[in-house]
Amino acid sequence: MKIAIIDYGAGNIQSIKFAVKRLGFEAVLTDDAEEIKSADKVIFPGVGEASSAMKMLKSTGLDKVIPQLKQPVLGICLGMQLMCEYCEEGDTPGLSIFDAKVVKFDNTVKVPQIGWNQIYDLRSDLFEGVNEKEYVYLVHSFYVKECEETICSTQYGVEYTSAIKKNNFYGVQFHPEKSSKAGEKILENFLKLELRS
Amino acid sequence: MLTKRIIPCLDIKNGRTVKGINFVDLRDAGDPVELAAKYAETGADELVFLDISATEERRKTLANLVLRVAEKVNIPFTVGGGISSVEDVDILLKNGADKVSVNSSAVKNPDLINELSQKFGAQCITVAIDAKQVNGQWIVHLVGGKVPTELDLFEWAKEVEQRGAGEILFTSMNNDGTKDGFANIALKKLSEDLNIPIIASGGAGNIQHFVDTFKEGKADAALAASVFHFKEIEIPDLKKELADQGIPVRI
Repeated sequence: MKIAIIDYGAGNIQSIKFAVKRLGFEAVLTDDAEEIKSADKVIFPGVGEASSAMKMLKSTGLDKVIPQLKQPVLGICLGMQLMCEYCEEGDTPGLSIFDAKVVKFDNTVKVPQIGWNQIYDLRSDLFEGVNEKEYVYLVHSFYVKECEETICSTQYGVEYTSAIKKNNFYGVQFHPEKSSKAGEKILENFLKLELRS
Repeated sequence: MLTKRIIPCLDIKNGRTVKGINFVDLRDAGDPVELAAKYAETGADELVFLDISATEERRKTLANLVLRVAEKVNIPFTVGGGISSVEDVDILLKNGADKVSVNSSAVKNPDLINELSQKFGAQCITVAIDAKQVNGQWIVHLVGGKVPTELDLFEWAKEVEQRGAGEILFTSMNNDGTKDGFANIALKKLSEDLNIPIIASGGAGNIQHFVDTFKEGKADAALAASVFHFKEIEIPDLKKELADQGIPVRI
Protein backbone atom coordinates (compact mmCIF):
# COMPACT_ATOMS: atom_id res chain seq x y z
CA MET A 1 0.00 0.00 0.00
CA LYS A 2 1.26 3.44 -0.89
CA ILE A 3 0.71 6.12 1.75
CA ALA A 4 1.49 9.74 0.98
CA ILE A 5 1.90 12.43 3.62
CA ILE A 6 1.44 15.81 2.03
CA ASP A 7 4.57 17.86 2.63
CA TYR A 8 3.96 21.59 2.47
CA GLY A 9 6.23 22.79 5.24
CA ALA A 10 3.79 22.14 8.08
CA GLY A 11 5.44 20.88 11.25
CA ASN A 12 5.57 17.55 13.02
CA ILE A 13 5.25 15.31 10.01
CA GLN A 14 7.96 13.06 11.37
CA SER A 15 5.73 11.82 14.19
CA ILE A 16 3.02 10.81 11.72
CA LYS A 17 5.56 8.99 9.59
CA PHE A 18 6.79 7.09 12.65
CA ALA A 19 3.25 6.28 13.80
CA VAL A 20 2.49 4.80 10.38
CA LYS A 21 5.73 2.81 10.61
CA ARG A 22 4.79 1.46 14.05
CA LEU A 23 1.66 0.06 12.42
CA GLY A 24 3.80 -1.77 9.90
CA PHE A 25 3.36 0.56 6.92
CA GLU A 26 5.66 3.00 5.17
CA ALA A 27 4.66 6.51 4.22
CA VAL A 28 6.37 8.92 1.85
CA LEU A 29 6.53 12.67 2.39
CA THR A 30 5.75 14.40 -0.84
CA ASP A 31 4.57 17.62 -2.44
CA ASP A 32 4.38 16.03 -5.88
CA ALA A 33 0.81 16.14 -7.23
CA GLU A 34 1.14 12.95 -9.28
CA GLU A 35 2.60 11.01 -6.39
CA ILE A 36 -0.19 12.21 -4.11
CA LYS A 37 -2.88 11.37 -6.67
CA SER A 38 -1.54 7.87 -7.16
CA ALA A 39 -1.29 6.99 -3.46
CA ASP A 40 -3.75 4.57 -1.86
CA LYS A 41 -4.09 6.74 1.23
CA VAL A 42 -3.27 10.39 1.75
CA ILE A 43 -2.55 12.06 5.07
CA PHE A 44 -2.84 15.83 5.20
CA PRO A 45 -1.07 17.05 8.35
CA GLY A 46 -0.82 20.53 9.71
CA VAL A 47 0.58 22.41 12.64
CA GLY A 48 0.86 26.16 12.77
CA GLU A 49 -1.15 29.07 11.51
CA ALA A 50 -3.98 28.79 8.97
CA SER A 51 -3.33 31.67 6.56
CA SER A 52 0.38 30.93 6.15
CA ALA A 53 -0.34 27.22 5.73
CA MET A 54 -2.90 28.03 3.03
CA LYS A 55 -0.35 30.26 1.32
CA MET A 56 2.11 27.37 1.20
CA LEU A 57 -0.56 25.08 -0.25
CA LYS A 58 -1.40 27.61 -2.93
CA SER A 59 2.23 28.20 -3.86
CA THR A 60 2.56 24.53 -4.80
CA GLY A 61 -0.89 24.22 -6.38
CA LEU A 62 -1.86 21.59 -3.80
CA ASP A 63 -4.97 23.61 -2.89
CA LYS A 64 -6.38 22.47 -6.24
CA VAL A 65 -5.13 18.89 -5.98
CA ILE A 66 -6.45 17.96 -2.54
CA PRO A 67 -10.21 18.53 -3.12
CA GLN A 68 -10.03 16.38 -6.28
CA LEU A 69 -8.55 13.32 -4.58
CA LYS A 70 -10.56 10.11 -4.85
CA GLN A 71 -8.79 7.87 -2.33
CA PRO A 72 -9.27 8.12 1.46
CA VAL A 73 -7.75 11.35 2.75
CA LEU A 74 -7.15 12.11 6.44
CA GLY A 75 -6.65 15.69 7.56
CA ILE A 76 -5.06 16.03 10.98
CA CYS A 77 -5.43 19.09 13.24
CA LEU A 78 -4.80 22.16 11.06
CA GLY A 79 -5.06 19.86 8.05
CA MET A 80 -8.66 19.13 9.00
CA GLN A 81 -9.36 22.81 9.62
CA LEU A 82 -8.01 23.80 6.20
CA MET A 83 -10.37 21.30 4.58
CA CYS A 84 -13.30 23.34 5.95
CA GLU A 85 -15.01 26.25 4.28
CA TYR A 86 -13.53 29.06 6.34
CA CYS A 87 -10.99 29.53 9.14
CA GLU A 88 -11.32 32.52 11.42
CA GLU A 89 -7.58 32.36 12.01
CA GLY A 90 -6.00 34.87 9.64
CA ASP A 91 -9.43 35.30 7.96
CA THR A 92 -8.62 32.33 5.73
CA PRO A 93 -10.89 30.75 3.12
CA GLY A 94 -10.38 26.97 3.28
CA LEU A 95 -10.54 24.18 0.72
CA SER A 96 -14.34 23.91 1.23
CA ILE A 97 -14.36 20.12 1.28
CA PHE A 98 -16.34 20.15 4.52
CA ASP A 99 -19.30 22.43 4.90
CA ALA A 100 -18.12 23.80 8.25
CA LYS A 101 -16.57 26.87 9.80
CA VAL A 102 -13.54 27.06 12.07
CA VAL A 103 -13.68 29.59 14.92
CA LYS A 104 -11.68 30.46 18.02
CA PHE A 105 -12.44 29.21 21.53
CA ASP A 106 -13.73 32.07 23.65
CA ASN A 107 -12.15 33.36 26.86
CA THR A 108 -14.18 31.18 29.20
CA VAL A 109 -11.58 28.43 28.67
CA LYS A 110 -7.79 28.47 28.50
CA VAL A 111 -6.54 28.82 24.95
CA PRO A 112 -4.91 26.81 23.45
CA GLN A 113 -6.58 23.68 24.68
CA ILE A 114 -3.62 21.43 25.41
CA GLY A 115 -4.01 17.88 26.60
CA TRP A 116 -6.18 14.79 26.66
CA ASN A 117 -9.91 15.13 26.17
CA GLN A 118 -12.72 12.73 25.30
CA ILE A 119 -14.34 11.97 21.97
CA TYR A 120 -17.97 10.85 22.02
CA ASP A 121 -20.94 10.10 19.77
CA LEU A 122 -18.58 8.13 17.57
CA ARG A 123 -20.24 7.37 14.27
CA SER A 124 -17.81 6.22 11.60
CA ASP A 125 -15.78 3.23 10.47
CA LEU A 126 -12.80 5.29 11.60
CA PHE A 127 -13.72 4.40 15.20
CA GLU A 128 -14.14 0.66 14.89
CA GLY A 129 -12.85 -0.88 18.12
CA VAL A 130 -12.56 2.52 19.80
CA ASN A 131 -14.55 3.15 22.99
CA GLU A 132 -17.04 5.95 23.47
CA LYS A 133 -15.44 8.69 25.58
CA GLU A 134 -11.94 7.54 24.67
CA TYR A 135 -9.17 10.03 25.45
CA VAL A 136 -7.17 11.61 22.65
CA TYR A 137 -4.48 14.29 22.57
CA LEU A 138 -5.46 17.73 21.33
CA VAL A 139 -3.57 21.00 20.92
CA HIS A 140 -5.53 23.81 19.33
CA SER A 141 -6.95 27.31 19.69
CA PHE A 142 -9.56 27.09 16.92
CA TYR A 143 -12.29 24.49 16.52
CA VAL A 144 -14.66 23.20 13.88
CA LYS A 145 -18.30 23.93 14.69
CA GLU A 146 -20.78 21.08 14.94
CA CYS A 147 -22.28 20.29 11.55
CA GLU A 148 -23.98 17.54 9.54
CA GLU A 149 -20.65 15.98 8.64
CA THR A 150 -19.51 15.66 12.27
CA ILE A 151 -18.61 12.07 13.18
CA CYS A 152 -17.62 12.68 16.81
CA SER A 153 -17.66 15.51 19.29
CA THR A 154 -15.61 16.88 22.17
CA GLN A 155 -16.49 19.29 24.97
CA TYR A 156 -14.29 22.27 25.79
CA GLY A 157 -16.41 25.22 26.85
CA VAL A 158 -18.54 24.35 23.83
CA GLU A 159 -19.38 21.10 22.13
CA TYR A 160 -17.42 20.97 18.89
CA THR A 161 -16.47 18.66 16.03
CA SER A 162 -13.43 16.55 16.87
CA ALA A 163 -13.76 14.45 13.71
CA ILE A 164 -15.58 14.95 10.43
CA LYS A 165 -16.23 12.98 7.26
CA LYS A 166 -17.55 13.57 3.79
CA ASN A 167 -17.27 10.91 1.10
CA ASN A 168 -13.61 9.88 0.97
CA PHE A 169 -12.45 12.80 3.13
CA TYR A 170 -11.86 12.44 6.87
CA GLY A 171 -10.62 15.00 9.33
CA VAL A 172 -9.58 14.67 12.97
CA GLN A 173 -8.83 17.56 15.29
CA PHE A 174 -6.79 15.37 17.64
CA HIS A 175 -3.38 13.91 16.93
CA PRO A 176 -3.79 10.16 16.39
CA GLU A 177 0.00 9.88 16.15
CA LYS A 178 0.26 11.16 19.74
CA SER A 179 -2.85 9.62 21.24
CA SER A 180 -1.36 6.41 22.60
CA LYS A 181 -3.15 3.16 21.74
CA ALA A 182 -6.50 4.76 20.85
CA GLY A 183 -4.77 7.01 18.34
CA GLU A 184 -2.94 4.09 16.81
CA LYS A 185 -6.23 2.23 16.42
CA ILE A 186 -7.86 5.16 14.65
CA LEU A 187 -4.89 5.60 12.35
CA GLU A 188 -4.88 1.89 11.62
CA ASN A 189 -8.61 2.00 10.84
CA PHE A 190 -7.96 4.78 8.36
CA LEU A 191 -5.11 2.95 6.69
CA LYS A 192 -7.28 -0.16 6.36
CA LEU A 193 -10.29 1.63 4.86
CA GLU A 194 -11.57 0.19 1.62
CA LEU A 195 -12.32 2.76 -0.99
CA ARG A 196 -16.04 3.03 -1.48
CA SER A 197 -17.35 5.50 -3.96
CA MET B 1 -13.64 16.91 29.76
CA LEU B 2 -10.07 18.10 29.40
CA THR B 3 -7.98 16.15 31.89
CA LYS B 4 -5.17 17.24 34.18
CA ARG B 5 -1.81 16.09 32.84
CA ILE B 6 0.89 14.14 34.66
CA ILE B 7 4.32 14.82 33.21
CA PRO B 8 7.52 12.98 34.17
CA CYS B 9 10.62 15.05 33.45
CA LEU B 10 13.82 13.39 32.26
CA ASP B 11 17.14 15.20 32.65
CA ILE B 12 19.39 14.44 29.71
CA LYS B 13 23.14 14.78 29.50
CA ASN B 14 24.98 13.83 26.31
CA GLY B 15 21.99 11.83 25.11
CA ARG B 16 21.61 9.85 28.35
CA THR B 17 19.33 10.24 31.36
CA VAL B 18 21.05 11.50 34.47
CA LYS B 19 20.42 10.76 38.15
CA GLY B 20 20.25 7.15 39.21
CA ILE B 21 16.96 5.92 37.94
CA ASN B 22 15.48 2.99 39.74
CA PHE B 23 13.71 0.97 37.11
CA VAL B 24 14.69 -2.62 37.70
CA ASP B 25 12.75 -3.88 34.73
CA LEU B 26 14.56 -1.71 32.23
CA ARG B 27 17.49 -3.12 30.33
CA ASP B 28 19.14 0.26 30.29
CA ALA B 29 17.78 2.92 32.61
CA GLY B 30 20.19 5.43 31.13
CA ASP B 31 18.49 5.20 27.77
CA PRO B 32 15.94 8.01 27.55
CA VAL B 33 14.03 6.27 24.79
CA GLU B 34 13.42 3.13 26.79
CA LEU B 35 12.49 5.10 29.88
CA ALA B 36 10.14 7.32 27.88
CA ALA B 37 8.40 4.33 26.35
CA LYS B 38 7.97 2.86 29.84
CA TYR B 39 6.37 6.05 31.12
CA ALA B 40 4.08 6.23 28.10
CA GLU B 41 2.95 2.68 28.79
CA THR B 42 2.21 3.31 32.46
CA GLY B 43 -0.04 6.28 31.73
CA ALA B 44 2.10 9.42 31.62
CA ASP B 45 0.23 12.05 29.63
CA GLU B 46 3.24 13.81 28.29
CA LEU B 47 7.01 13.86 28.77
CA VAL B 48 9.57 16.61 29.17
CA PHE B 49 13.22 16.13 28.23
CA LEU B 50 15.50 18.70 29.76
CA ASP B 51 18.94 18.75 28.20
CA ILE B 52 21.71 19.81 30.55
CA SER B 53 24.69 18.94 28.34
CA ALA B 54 27.32 21.56 27.85
CA THR B 55 29.31 20.09 24.99
CA GLU B 56 29.94 21.36 21.48
CA GLU B 57 27.90 18.54 19.97
CA ARG B 58 24.91 19.06 22.22
CA ARG B 59 22.58 20.32 19.50
CA LYS B 60 23.24 17.38 17.25
CA THR B 61 23.00 14.86 20.09
CA LEU B 62 19.69 16.31 21.23
CA ALA B 63 18.24 16.36 17.71
CA ASN B 64 19.17 12.70 17.30
CA LEU B 65 17.61 11.82 20.62
CA VAL B 66 14.37 13.57 19.65
CA LEU B 67 14.24 11.53 16.47
CA ARG B 68 14.70 8.29 18.41
CA VAL B 69 12.04 9.23 20.97
CA ALA B 70 9.54 10.17 18.25
CA GLU B 71 10.12 6.84 16.57
CA LYS B 72 9.17 4.83 19.67
CA VAL B 73 6.86 6.95 21.83
CA ASN B 74 3.17 7.51 21.10
CA ILE B 75 2.48 10.40 23.48
CA PRO B 76 3.51 14.05 23.16
CA PHE B 77 6.82 15.34 24.42
CA THR B 78 8.52 18.67 25.05
CA VAL B 79 12.22 19.36 24.73
CA GLY B 80 14.06 22.07 26.64
CA GLY B 81 17.53 23.17 27.63
CA GLY B 82 19.77 25.64 25.85
CA ILE B 83 17.30 26.43 23.08
CA SER B 84 17.99 29.95 21.87
CA SER B 85 17.10 30.32 18.20
CA VAL B 86 14.54 29.64 15.49
CA GLU B 87 17.02 27.16 13.96
CA ASP B 88 17.27 25.20 17.23
CA VAL B 89 13.49 24.88 17.40
CA ASP B 90 13.08 24.07 13.72
CA ILE B 91 15.24 20.94 13.85
CA LEU B 92 13.68 19.68 17.10
CA LEU B 93 10.12 20.05 15.80
CA LYS B 94 11.08 18.56 12.44
CA ASN B 95 12.53 15.56 14.23
CA GLY B 96 9.27 14.93 16.06
CA ALA B 97 9.17 17.01 19.25
CA ASP B 98 5.69 18.39 19.92
CA LYS B 99 6.77 21.39 21.92
CA VAL B 100 9.95 23.14 22.93
CA SER B 101 10.53 25.00 26.14
CA VAL B 102 12.66 28.12 26.41
CA ASN B 103 13.84 29.64 29.65
CA SER B 104 16.98 31.82 30.00
CA SER B 105 17.07 32.67 26.31
CA ALA B 106 13.57 34.15 26.59
CA VAL B 107 14.59 36.31 29.54
CA LYS B 108 17.70 37.53 27.71
CA ASN B 109 15.82 38.08 24.46
CA PRO B 110 12.06 38.28 25.00
CA ASP B 111 11.46 38.86 21.27
CA LEU B 112 12.46 35.23 20.78
CA ILE B 113 9.04 34.23 22.17
CA ASN B 114 7.25 36.31 19.52
CA GLU B 115 9.46 34.97 16.75
CA LEU B 116 8.96 31.35 17.74
CA SER B 117 5.24 31.75 18.28
CA GLN B 118 4.73 33.39 14.90
CA LYS B 119 6.84 30.87 13.06
CA PHE B 120 5.74 27.64 14.74
CA GLY B 121 2.45 28.52 16.46
CA ALA B 122 1.80 29.28 20.13
CA GLN B 123 0.77 25.68 20.80
CA CYS B 124 4.32 24.37 20.58
CA ILE B 125 6.06 27.11 22.57
CA THR B 126 6.34 26.53 26.32
CA VAL B 127 8.10 29.17 28.38
CA ALA B 128 9.75 27.76 31.50
CA ILE B 129 10.06 30.14 34.43
CA ASP B 130 12.16 29.41 37.51
CA ALA B 131 11.29 31.72 40.37
CA LYS B 132 12.18 32.11 44.02
CA GLN B 133 10.24 33.97 46.68
CA VAL B 134 12.52 36.56 48.26
CA ASN B 135 11.11 38.85 50.98
CA GLY B 136 7.60 38.09 49.86
CA GLN B 137 8.22 38.78 46.18
CA TRP B 138 8.53 36.11 43.52
CA ILE B 139 11.69 36.88 41.53
CA VAL B 140 12.54 35.12 38.26
CA HIS B 141 15.89 33.33 38.42
CA LEU B 142 18.22 31.91 35.78
CA VAL B 143 20.67 29.01 35.68
CA GLY B 144 18.59 26.66 37.77
CA GLY B 145 17.74 29.28 40.35
CA LYS B 146 21.29 30.52 40.92
CA VAL B 147 21.12 33.89 39.23
CA PRO B 148 18.37 36.35 40.17
CA THR B 149 16.94 38.73 37.58
CA GLU B 150 15.01 41.96 38.02
CA LEU B 151 11.83 40.32 36.84
CA ASP B 152 8.73 39.73 38.93
CA LEU B 153 7.22 36.29 38.27
CA PHE B 154 3.67 37.51 37.64
CA GLU B 155 4.68 40.42 35.43
CA TRP B 156 7.02 38.24 33.42
CA ALA B 157 4.38 35.52 33.07
CA LYS B 158 1.88 38.06 31.76
CA GLU B 159 4.42 39.37 29.26
CA VAL B 160 5.27 35.84 28.16
CA GLU B 161 1.59 35.16 27.47
CA GLN B 162 1.19 38.40 25.52
CA ARG B 163 4.26 37.60 23.45
CA GLY B 164 2.65 34.36 22.32
CA ALA B 165 3.66 31.51 24.64
CA GLY B 166 1.29 28.55 24.47
CA GLU B 167 1.83 27.51 28.08
CA ILE B 168 3.99 28.20 31.10
CA LEU B 169 6.09 25.72 33.07
CA PHE B 170 6.55 27.31 36.48
CA THR B 171 9.18 25.87 38.81
CA SER B 172 9.34 27.20 42.33
CA MET B 173 12.96 27.18 43.48
CA ASN B 174 11.71 27.36 47.09
CA ASN B 175 9.88 24.08 46.66
CA ASP B 176 12.11 22.23 44.19
CA GLY B 177 13.80 19.27 45.86
CA THR B 178 11.96 19.70 49.17
CA LYS B 179 9.26 17.07 48.53
CA ASP B 180 6.98 19.33 50.60
CA GLY B 181 4.47 20.04 47.84
CA PHE B 182 4.05 22.52 45.00
CA ALA B 183 3.94 26.32 45.34
CA ASN B 184 0.17 26.39 45.17
CA ILE B 185 -0.48 29.99 46.17
CA ALA B 186 1.72 31.35 43.38
CA LEU B 187 0.36 28.75 40.97
CA LYS B 188 -3.21 29.72 41.71
CA LYS B 189 -2.42 33.37 41.04
CA LEU B 190 -0.71 32.48 37.75
CA SER B 191 -3.57 30.29 36.68
CA GLU B 192 -6.14 33.00 37.45
CA ASP B 193 -4.10 35.86 35.97
CA LEU B 194 -3.42 34.11 32.68
CA ASN B 195 -5.49 32.38 30.03
CA ILE B 196 -2.93 29.79 28.95
CA PRO B 197 -2.24 26.44 30.64
CA ILE B 198 0.13 26.37 33.64
CA ILE B 199 2.36 23.39 34.46
CA ALA B 200 3.31 23.09 38.13
CA SER B 201 6.85 22.00 38.91
CA GLY B 202 8.99 21.66 42.02
CA GLY B 203 8.11 20.03 45.31
CA ALA B 204 6.28 16.81 44.50
CA GLY B 205 6.80 14.31 47.32
CA ASN B 206 3.58 12.35 47.59
CA ILE B 207 0.26 11.77 45.86
CA GLN B 208 -1.61 14.33 47.98
CA HIS B 209 0.73 17.04 46.65
CA PHE B 210 -0.61 16.40 43.17
CA VAL B 211 -4.21 16.54 44.42
CA ASP B 212 -3.43 19.85 46.14
CA THR B 213 -1.75 21.46 43.15
CA PHE B 214 -4.74 20.68 40.94
CA LYS B 215 -7.33 21.67 43.54
CA GLU B 216 -5.65 24.57 45.33
CA GLY B 217 -2.99 25.56 42.80
CA LYS B 218 -5.44 25.35 39.86
CA ALA B 219 -2.62 23.87 37.79
CA ASP B 220 -3.42 22.36 34.40
CA ALA B 221 -0.58 19.85 34.59
CA ALA B 222 1.99 18.73 37.13
CA LEU B 223 5.58 17.83 36.42
CA ALA B 224 7.91 15.78 38.59
CA ALA B 225 11.12 13.83 38.23
CA SER B 226 12.55 11.92 41.18
CA VAL B 227 9.27 10.66 42.68
CA PHE B 228 8.63 8.89 39.39
CA HIS B 229 12.19 7.85 38.62
CA PHE B 230 12.66 6.31 42.07
CA LYS B 231 9.21 4.74 41.97
CA GLU B 232 8.10 6.54 45.10
CA ILE B 233 4.93 7.24 43.15
CA GLU B 234 3.61 4.97 40.43
CA ILE B 235 1.60 6.80 37.80
CA PRO B 236 -1.37 4.35 37.79
CA ASP B 237 -1.72 4.73 41.60
CA LEU B 238 -1.43 8.49 41.31
CA LYS B 239 -4.10 8.71 38.63
CA LYS B 240 -6.45 6.43 40.52
CA GLU B 241 -6.22 8.61 43.62
CA LEU B 242 -6.71 11.78 41.57
CA ALA B 243 -9.81 10.27 39.97
CA ASP B 244 -11.12 9.19 43.38
CA GLN B 245 -10.75 12.77 44.58
CA GLY B 246 -12.78 14.06 41.66
CA ILE B 247 -9.95 15.34 39.48
CA PRO B 248 -10.38 14.54 35.78
CA VAL B 249 -7.54 12.34 34.57
CA ARG B 250 -7.00 9.97 31.67
CA ILE B 251 -7.05 6.39 32.91
